Amino acid sequence: MKLLMIDTSSIVATAAVLEENKLMCETIVNYKKKHSEKMMPAIDHMLNDAGLTIQEMDAFGIVVGPGSFTGIRIGLATVKGLAQALNKPVVAVNALEGLAYNLPYTKGLIYPVLDAQRNEGYTAGFTFENGKMQTIMEAAVLPIDEMIAQLKASQAEAIYLLGDGADRFYEAMAAEGLPIKRVKAHLAMNRASSSGQLAMERLLAGKTTDFYQVEPLYLRKSYAEEHKKNG
Amino acid sequence: MKILSIESSCDETAVAIVEDGRKILTNQIYTQIEIHKAYGGVVPEIASRNHVMKMPYIIEDALKDANLTWQEIDAIAVTKGPGLVGALLIGVSQAKAMAYALNKPLIGVNHMHGHICANFLQHPDLEPPFLTLVVSGGHSHLVMVEDYQTFKVLGKTRDDAAGEAYDKISRVLGLGYPGGPAIDKAAKTGNKEAIAFPRIMLEKDSFDFSFSGLKSSVLNYLNGKKMKKEPIVVEDVAASFQAAVIDVLVAKTIHCAQTVHAPKICIAGGVSANSQLREQLTKAAKAIDCPVYYPDPVLCTDNAAMIGSSAYYNSQAHEYSDLYLNANPGLKIGDLA
Repeated sequence: MKLLMIDTSSIVATAAVLEENKLMCETIVNYKKKHSEKMMPAIDHMLNDAGLTIQEMDAFGIVVGPGSFTGIRIGLATVKGLAQALNKPVVAVNALEGLAYNLPYTKGLIYPVLDAQRNEGYTAGFTFENGKMQTIMEAAVLPIDEMIAQLKASQAEAIYLLGDGADRFYEAMAAEGLPIKRVKAHLAMNRASSSGQLAMERLLAGKTTDFYQVEPLYLRKSYAEEHKKNG
Repeated sequence: MKILSIESSCDETAVAIVEDGRKILTNQIYTQIEIHKAYGGVVPEIASRNHVMKMPYIIEDALKDANLTWQEIDAIAVTKGPGLVGALLIGVSQAKAMAYALNKPLIGVNHMHGHICANFLQHPDLEPPFLTLVVSGGHSHLVMVEDYQTFKVLGKTRDDAAGEAYDKISRVLGLGYPGGPAIDKAAKTGNKEAIAFPRIMLEKDSFDFSFSGLKSSVLNYLNGKKMKKEPIVVEDVAASFQAAVIDVLVAKTIHCAQTVHAPKICIAGGVSANSQLREQLTKAAKAIDCPVYYPDPVLCTDNAAMIGSSAYYNSQAHEYSDLYLNANPGLKIGDLA
């Protein structure tokens, strides 16, 4: 079973192909967003280099957010197109789970934060127990004081902060005396090999969806809906 | 050659299959208009959110309606611009992925060229050269279509597009969104000579338009009435406003057609569905012995069939796109790449 994983939900454009217990290839561009232009050619180059074709994929994985609304949709529309044309199943992974999969075997709380603008972050909390990921805090969009309150309440002995919002919120968390550890750069970013690993586990467990159903995880309404006058 | 085409530049999620640029095999349009009405105009983020979820269904509907399989499709076409960037990206991303997975040629299309090509779908014998009046929410242009790939802009609006003025005036008159059909309908029972709004013609030798002065003039009239606490006859304002817009569009188009010796005139774009515009332009053109062509209303509004027609002529000129194709929200009439 081969799975092509795609993630354009953040500034990172990344894709990977996994086959059961093997990572076959991966591409990561973590510099300047132009995902709509470059993701598809990057996938083509990666498959060519690995001697693979798009037609031999058995499933398509997608990071459905949270993250940049436009970025989420570029990846989602791409995966919907691929899965529809080839009539293959789709596996959805959320970006925060994908980030947590950068740090399996970690003892402590894994706390990914993605920059949600307006001084808020998309967050969730995870632990790994016997190699199995547990969701301790559900995905949510939170202001910094609520993140701090949540982390204090967790009484975690070590908190691993990662994701593209880590820079923005680290100082404020550390100032509260929380046991924050910043994850090193190469493991702090969205990687299709990590989200793809989780997607492969879901595919093998039969937890798939299809190109009609798979939907974005925005965690936030559009500005117009939030500010709509009543009546 | 059968082309499956996708259009998502604004608030219509549309998919069509067109054969050889002229024959519509299916033309599926899902309009989000009811969703956006509550906001008095198209909300880009909401449009994008709806496009991405709706698109696969519309594609499936198109294949079913035309009774075709993927194997029978020769190319995938998509609107690359102009339009709302987030909305365009849905169609572009989906089309690129499908063309790649199916190993079919990909053709990016200029939405405005599509509007002009809607006339080829309606009139199988129509061929360039002809002059086109392109009027829509974002455009008021006079375009000489010299051949299937050469579009020359001879005049354009210097401020508001005709469609923009319609939307604005419709909103202040309480007629709702979209403004074009609402004002056209109200105007039918109004007196177009009730109020003498200005006809802004600019310089004598210019084919450019300007509608912001007319818009201000209508707003001033309404404010004046309100200040004096006098009643406003909405139908009369609608009819008088529409007459001012159409008089200018018609006079400029006829003057331009005479100047460049255009053998035919076409109308294209959303506002070309306007009944008064069609009638008056046809009448005025008759006087200079110039036939006028326009598409059925369903082909005037945003649709994918017109994209499929335009794509066919791109393919005939070997204008294909590669996997780097991107949305170009500011694409101009005449731009192929």
